[in-house]
Amino acid sequence: MFSYISCRTFSVAPAMSARTHVNYEVKEDVAVIRMNDPTSKVNTLSVQMQNEMIEVFNEVLANDAVQSAVLISSKPGCFIAGADINMIQACNTSEEVTKLSQEGQKMFARIENSPKPIVAAINGPCLGGGLEFAIACQYRVATKSKKTVLGTPEVMLGLLPGAGGTQRLPKMVGIPGAFDMMLTGRNIRADKAKKMGLVHQLVDPLGPGLKSPEERTIEYLEEVAIQCAKGIVNKKISLTKEKGMMQKVQDYVMGIEFVRQQIYKTVTAKVMKMSKGLYPAPLKIIESVKAGLEQGPDSGYLAEAQNFGKLAMTSESNALIGLYHGQVACKKNRFGVPERPVKNLAILGAGLMGAGIAQVTVDKGIHTVLKDTTVEGLSRGQQQVYKGLNDKTKKKTITSFERDFTLASLTGQLDYSGFEKADMVIEAVFEDLNIKHRVIKEVEAVIPPHCIFATNTSALPIKDIAAASIRPEKVIGMHYFSPVDKMQLLEIITTDKTSKDTTASAVAVGLKQGKVIIVVGDGPGFYTTRCLAPMLAEAVRLLQEGVDPKKLDALTTGFGFPVGAATLADEVGIDVAAHVAEDLGKAFGSRFGGGNVEVLKTMVEKGFKGRKSGKGCYVYTPGLKSKDVNPDIEDVLGKYKLTPNPLVSSDSDVQYRLVSRFVNEAVMCLQEGILNGPVEGDIGAVFGLGFPPCLGGPFRFVDTFGANKLVEKMKRYEEVYGNHFTPCQLLLDHAKDSSKRFHK
Amino acid sequence: MKWGQPLSLTLLVFSTTLAKPGVKNIVLVEGVRTPFLLSGTTYADLMPHDLARAALQGLLHKTSLPKDAVDYIIYGTVIQEVKTSNVAREASLGAGFSDKIPSHTVTMACISSNVAMTTGVGLITAGQCDTIVAGGVEFMSDVPIRHSRKMRKTMLALNRAKTLGQRLSLIGSIRMAHLTPELPAVAEFSTAETMGHSADRLAAAFGVTRLEQDEFALRSHTLAKQAQDAGLLSDVISFKVPGRDTVAKDNGIRPSSMEQLAKLKPAFIKPHGTVTAANSSFLTDGASAVLIMSEEKALAMGYKPKAYLRDFVFVSQDPKDQLLLGPAYGTPKVLARAGLTMDDIDVFEFHEAFAGQIMANLKALDSDWFAQTYMGRKVKVGAPAMEKFNLWGGSLSLGHPFGATGCRLVTTVAHRLLKEGGQYGLVAACAAGGQGHAMVIEAYPQ
Repeated sequence: MFSYISCRTFSVAPAMSARTHVNYEVKEDVAVIRMNDPTSKVNTLSVQMQNEMIEVFNEVLANDAVQSAVLISSKPGCFIAGADINMIQACNTSEEVTKLSQEGQKMFARIENSPKPIVAAINGPCLGGGLEFAIACQYRVATKSKKTVLGTPEVMLGLLPGAGGTQRLPKMVGIPGAFDMMLTGRNIRADKAKKMGLVHQLVDPLGPGLKSPEERTIEYLEEVAIQCAKGIVNKKISLTKEKGMMQKVQDYVMGIEFVRQQIYKTVTAKVMKMSKGLYPAPLKIIESVKAGLEQGPDSGYLAEAQNFGKLAMTSESNALIGLYHGQVACKKNRFGVPERPVKNLAILGAGLMGAGIAQVTVDKGIHTVLKDTTVEGLSRGQQQVYKGLNDKTKKKTITSFERDFTLASLTGQLDYSGFEKADMVIEAVFEDLNIKHRVIKEVEAVIPPHCIFATNTSALPIKDIAAASIRPEKVIGMHYFSPVDKMQLLEIITTDKTSKDTTASAVAVGLKQGKVIIVVGDGPGFYTTRCLAPMLAEAVRLLQEGVDPKKLDALTTGFGFPVGAATLADEVGIDVAAHVAEDLGKAFGSRFGGGNVEVLKTMVEKGFKGRKSGKGCYVYTPGLKSKDVNPDIEDVLGKYKLTPNPLVSSDSDVQYRLVSRFVNEAVMCLQEGILNGPVEGDIGAVFGLGFPPCLGGPFRFVDTFGANKLVEKMKRYEEVYGNHFTPCQLLLDHAKDSSKRFHK
Repeated sequence: MKWGQPLSLTLLVFSTTLAKPGVKNIVLVEGVRTPFLLSGTTYADLMPHDLARAALQGLLHKTSLPKDAVDYIIYGTVIQEVKTSNVAREASLGAGFSDKIPSHTVTMACISSNVAMTTGVGLITAGQCDTIVAGGVEFMSDVPIRHSRKMRKTMLALNRAKTLGQRLSLIGSIRMAHLTPELPAVAEFSTAETMGHSADRLAAAFGVTRLEQDEFALRSHTLAKQAQDAGLLSDVISFKVPGRDTVAKDNGIRPSSMEQLAKLKPAFIKPHGTVTAANSSFLTDGASAVLIMSEEKALAMGYKPKAYLRDFVFVSQDPKDQLLLGPAYGTPKVLARAGLTMDDIDVFEFHEAFAGQIMANLKALDSDWFAQTYMGRKVKVGAPAMEKFNLWGGSLSLGHPFGATGCRLVTTVAHRLLKEGGQYGLVAACAAGGQGHAMVIEAYPQ
């Protein structure tokens, strides 16, 4: 029954009842409370976990032989990863969620007020509810393992720390620190947590000894935590830490109401600027913290619980949780384990993409060859990889030695030597079918039979590229997004000839590179480029209709896109946009029309290729963050000027004209079988193209917004612009039958 | 078991037991060392080569070796004095050896003088030389402290500056940050972890308690004191330090009590660590030297060798988590090479970097799980018997001049074999970089 816990746990087990998640043993006078969810790789604060915890806690309090307690996880790599999201999703009203929050608050209040000190011994993630649990304990010891991270990621799910987090954190790490943690949701490493005052003591991870390093490290953590617990009881360790001069000054400053009000104001303004008011959670976090600090704990805890309840019912939270689940799903390889793991990877072309791919590969234990045709191109690429790793060294996430050791796996070269050992080749050469054909022939002459040929293209159909291959089953598309080390998405494109093992291998490599992966069918523009193209065409039309680039950006970011449409065009490259617009225009016909491709072409002719050339819709001055509209595009746009129709040109209409074309195309990709399902569609749009995360992706947007309402809008635009806005059949089906939903 | 077929055949040919056909027997003729002193004491005003000179002169004196009878001189050192980077050459010239004898310096952290000796063994085996002086020196009373990189860059640019204006602008560019000095760190370059910190983690990984460490430290000091008082440390030579007194004894041996030891706070991992100043080896100044020869040559010159230098191995492993496990890896390997078992060894001399490190190595040697999981062995070789182990003290008590310890270990094994009887001795040591060394030494028939 207890096979999931090593037997040492039960040397002295006074409470061997039917508990499966939480148990404890008494070592001298310290109760060691161990958590382990037998059904999962990570511990979450599920109903069962909480119930058993309360039971154990009561026993520990009642046990006279116990003076103090240590709270530890038996899982080697996880303390508590958070509350169980399903618990929240099972609720139907905000009142139910508020009650859930209040129960959590009550439990942690009991922990906080426990007459027997409790030491949290943290190894691995301590997040969300887990962190709230830990900070309710009297003392915290954490391992310095890279896996040990503390944080409050609730905001990323559109929620807030709802079990006392908004009330305890400001007291523990100060108001600015608490806001930083709760509003960004970022993970904090153990050493930083110590500096912030979030944990009291650090324990080094151990290497090989008489047991495996993981096992012994937890044991050691437990030993140290027990010492701490005893130390607190016999007053060798004081729980009221002596405040330093800085701390006293800070406390004094924070004691001034005016200063606090200024902080709330500044933080609120910053949140509004960043979120455009589209995300309710950060504001509720500020509100809850403020209630606690200004009106006392009763109001604070009540505000926290009520706000938590409200947030759980928002469409934003629903969308963000959907993305979280989608992301988890897209981090799995549904094609199984490849026959041969890729150990040697060769990349053709050391440009921005090629070098970026090398950078995310070389530090994953894969030997990487970076090949270019010129010494200049190659050294630029090598420098890019070096810089990427060196930046990590500067941020101290890796040591200079780790940087050098990693770089030792990178070989830069101008010829095909060593390609006979390659397990996979990813080409990132210029987007020209003839060049791609030449490359594939050259490569196939030197690589071994099992080697996979992946092509990194954003629009050329893979089957056209594979046409030059003598083994099309080994050809696959791997569409990375720029900058590769920052963008999480990888779009993998399979043709009907691509073998399943080839796909499995490509997905395995992508997952190793840390990517979120969607696997889509072949076709012009695949999924992501195909969705983006009509939206950009609409953006060009809007420019032609006299909408200023800044205004266009403001409207798109105001809708929730992280990057405005005009800026996005500059980032992608006007030449690339022109190329794609022309290619896809040919493939899909007039439906992809809208803006005149000539606008883009003329811009390219004038050298306005976007950020890379210093000029596009905007003028970019190196070293300057702010940018001005390129004064010379007025001429270009003037030449192709269109008269806007006032019926469909309100700010809101402009937004929906852009978004509806994007969404319609996405739905059409699902209809045509390019997409495997709406989940991948949402993930691809959000992580690859910056579709507003608060809307959860095009499919969730249709569900939430209502297909009928969207179709209604599109019909209105269709009357003016024709087939650019004709809704696809699947969207019409959903509009007709409101019970049809993409996400259950 | 222990005699393989080919070995028993050689028995018929040679009078010795670990000799190999076609391989020259190599002997340790003599080994000496200066007293090992806490850094910053009597040697404080010397330079590294002065200590090495003292050891070399001591060896010359003790062996009456003609100053031109040596073919090659090799020294090991860790922290190099930049003025005497080939300290072997400066010391041999200064010690009065013939200037016709080439000499070079080697480095491999705490097993540098082991490398010096085995390099000599290699030269003899290869037929290049017959007579080698090997040694090691470390001088922690003065270490190279550098200007910051920024300052160095400015100073070098200043050298090249042509006009007064250029010079003034360079001087003007110097800021406070330029003046921060750069100290040599006793930290691994690859991991940035100090050795003491790693030792504490190693002790914890093997579940070595503070008590065990303190007990071992006390044992080391107690045994060293006994050996010193009984005059067993006959490798120590007297050294008249210029401007100071003559030193004739190690000055770091301080037997204390368990209560005293228990009072110390952890030195590296605070507050729960177990490695303290008292159960670690201390910064030491000292030098050692040995005379190594082919057996024929030694006999021809009329020497009575002290021991045979037999099989040796160098090992290396992960510098992060197995930094100090050299003896655990080296011991089984060298025993296998020599065809011996733990029981065949009569004298053990392990380098004691930290009490916790020694205890961890002993536990590793005694663990089947460790042998199987990390060394690819079916079973453990077992831990050395404590009644044969470091009986005259060790690096914890005698001191540990990094570059010089290896020769002390080998000489001590030879002397203990002579004193205690027995046929085989084993030297093992760990070194920074996750490396290690082990050597089998055989008693010379008396």
